[in-house]
Amino acid sequence: MMASAASILDDRFIPIGGANAIPVGDIVPWAVLGILIAILFLYFVSTEQGAVSLFDGMYVHEFVHDGRHLLGFPCH
Amino acid sequence: MTRDLLWRGMLAGILAALLATLFARQFAEPQVDVAIAFEATQAEHAMGGHQASASEHAGEEPELVSRETQKGWGLLTATLLYGAAVGGIFSLIFAAGYGRLAMIGPRTLALMLGILAFLVVALIPAIKYPPTPPAVGQHETVALRTVAYFAMIVLSVAGCMIAIRVRGSLVVRLGAFNALLAGFAAFAVVVGIGQLLLPAVNEVPPGFPATSLWDFRVASLGMQFVLWMAIALIFGAFAHDVIRKAVTSRQR
Repeated sequence: MMASAASILDDRFIPIGGANAIPVGDIVPWAVLGILIAILFLYFVSTEQGAVSLFDGMYVHEFVHDGRHLLGFPCH
Repeated sequence: MTRDLLWRGMLAGILAALLATLFARQFAEPQVDVAIAFEATQAEHAMGGHQASASEHAGEEPELVSRETQKGWGLLTATLLYGAAVGGIFSLIFAAGYGRLAMIGPRTLALMLGILAFLVVALIPAIKYPPTPPAVGQHETVALRTVAYFAMIVLSVAGCMIAIRVRGSLVVRLGAFNALLAGFAAFAVVVGIGQLLLPAVNEVPPGFPATSLWDFRVASLGMQFVLWMAIALIFGAFAHDVIRKAVTSRQR
């Protein structure tokens, strides 16, 4: 019966405890936390001491310099 | 469930960042060095005989961070922060999409999301604003270029979300294949209009070696590809484990 489901990938859908999907109420608080952490990290990699400066000087800019260029962000 | 997925997503991002850093050290850093050497010769030419202003620009000034640190700890730190951030967001999209976007296994969903993320976040925005090595780009325009680049990414992500909506709403009427084509069309329209409206950037200095520019860009996109594929595969394995364990613990 289940053989018809196996095609290229033998990776079947696994229902999550009775429901098919993770309830929205379980996702939202962690999404808020995850997005806040991500914005903080991405800001320092991509923008600080480039387009916008929270701290004086160029140390952050120079330290993440190569990563900023290679990850595609405008650096200088 | 989401908590377990979120921290595993960040861990997958960190592991993927280690691989991406190794890739970048091998294939991209040589091009950064070429660009910095070009910048130094340009600065020398620009100064000519004016010794008085020599301290103004590159070379003469003592470096705030050495090249060795930039290529080593600096590159690693930046990539780890980026990897942890996008790995976390990746896991959240997975958590919301599992069992909603399609009834497919966790590893397959992660792989598809990884391919999609590379296209939507890295490759499509790079068509309009390709990554640039040092010496390419003027200091005065960095704020404009940053805003334009972020706008391009937002537009690409928004286009993707619209495409998923369009596909979903047309599946019953047109069938799955044609609805998917309609989704691609919606994406192309949104991104195409955005690319027309956003400002053009044309700041490659004359004489910059074209081959080096191309190699830098290929290596930069290659690094993104390594990062996203590693996140997709590592996180897919983690998620498979988390979901399977949740099911067995419930059955007990």
